[in-house]
Amino acid sequence: MSNGVRDSMVVEGLRKTGVTGIFLGRLLLACVPALGRPRLISAQIYNAGARSLIIIMLSGLFTGMVLGLQGYELLRRFGSEEALGAAAAISLVKELGPVLTALLFAGRAGTALTSEIGLMRATDQLTAMEVMAVDPMRYVAAPRFLGGVIAMPLLAAIYSIVGIFGAQLIGVQQMGVDRGVFWTQMQGAVGLHDVVEGIVKSLVFGAVLSLIAVNEGYQSQPTAEGVALATTRTVVASSVLTLLLDYVLTAAFL
Amino acid sequence: MSRPASLQEASSATADDAVVEARDVHYTIDGRAIFTGLDFRARRGLITAVMGPSGTGKTTLLRLITGQLFADGGEVLVFGHDIANLTRAEIYAARSRMGMLFQNGALLSDIDVFENVAFPVREHTDLPESVIRKLVLTKLEAVGLRGAADLMPSELSGGMARRVALARAIVMDPEVLLYDEPFVGLDPISMGVILRLIKQMNKVLGITSIVVSHDVKELATIADQSYLLSGGRVVASGTPQELARSDSETVRQFMTGSEEGPVRFHYPAPDYASQLLGSEEE
Repeated sequence: MSNGVRDSMVVEGLRKTGVTGIFLGRLLLACVPALGRPRLISAQIYNAGARSLIIIMLSGLFTGMVLGLQGYELLRRFGSEEALGAAAAISLVKELGPVLTALLFAGRAGTALTSEIGLMRATDQLTAMEVMAVDPMRYVAAPRFLGGVIAMPLLAAIYSIVGIFGAQLIGVQQMGVDRGVFWTQMQGAVGLHDVVEGIVKSLVFGAVLSLIAVNEGYQSQPTAEGVALATTRTVVASSVLTLLLDYVLTAAFL
Repeated sequence: MSRPASLQEASSATADDAVVEARDVHYTIDGRAIFTGLDFRARRGLITAVMGPSGTGKTTLLRLITGQLFADGGEVLVFGHDIANLTRAEIYAARSRMGMLFQNGALLSDIDVFENVAFPVREHTDLPESVIRKLVLTKLEAVGLRGAADLMPSELSGGMARRVALARAIVMDPEVLLYDEPFVGLDPISMGVILRLIKQMNKVLGITSIVVSHDVKELATIADQSYLLSGGRVVASGTPQELARSDSETVRQFMTGSEEGPVRFHYPAPDYASQLLGSEEE
């Protein structure tokens, strides 16, 4: 890689970081008045949250079932199958719930947000709002951002609950782990700090992923290719950042 | 021009009353000069046409007027104030006195026709629902689409979408209406309807209108004043009739739609024969 190419990549990277930073500032400022429009926010919670429910619940169920199978096999080697409930719940609440929900959110809701806002730009809808003296940051960006931030922890909670049900389905119903022991072990092992860790992670993922999705849509080139590229960038950046931030947050909670 | 007597008096009494004015405007984008000393005036109560070949910055002019872009040099005066010197709140206040019709309508795609027209009213006023309903239905009736109030924008034809957008542009009773290429891609009937509506909005409501377009014949039937842009500046101005009689080659080429003239049809390229006959390496 030549120096010129490397320099221009660094400059481009810095420029993008700056643009995103400025956008975040404007977005947070616009969130204050947007909070006074609960109907706009609830519509976005519905779009990002309720519409992702099926994919989240299905994924949660299968993840839990796999955990049930693998966990049972592993724990049986040490003669501690009873700990299956605790192991499944802790991995779901602290890690798999927030992280996999975030990855699914990026693919389902994040892409929808980016392409919707990108198309609004391409068809002059955002410009029309500006000309009508309505700030699109307040009307379009902020409610979508807040909707994502609120929807993510709710989705992660549902993911974990359905996952635990899936693990129970395999562990208790199929493998024959005692039902009472399964739930008692779980109750004893999962503490409030585990739940808090899961909530904090999903809140951070919600904020970062919604910011990426809204920002990419807002900054996209107003063409079909521009919107497609922006949507791809949303998925890539969201996925990588989710895993990176998960490591940082896990390290911080230890 | 058959204007009602009262409006004619008003027009002559305020002949110098420019609602929008561009003075020696320079604007460059990505190193390409769009305007190199543009002068332009839109007088109160008149229909001003801005014509010119594609890529001469007609839409950019509208963006400068609405404060979405700012001139690099010169000044753009809107309601007597240089838009570049206004605060964000003041620009928004100026915009609330304007309406704009976008080329593709730019209707909000997630709400129906009624809500699209009601949108600026809901955003800027606290009027009760019953008043909003009457106001919106009145404006939709004016554009002949009261019956389409429940349709979604995706269910409208191009001409219908533009008429809904026009209803939305006038719902707040603006002083100035900006039209961006209002005739592009319309069938003859829709075009006739839009022409009649532009004229009607100006005549009945007294709205100052700025119409940006390259449809010379259509503009000639409604415009009071015309500007022809080329090469970043105004090359001719006057009534459409005056422009039609102009001796200028640029004006004549544009008005007659000729391929020959100062505005070149061909993008600059190397010599045709040598490129065809030369070796591939060359």
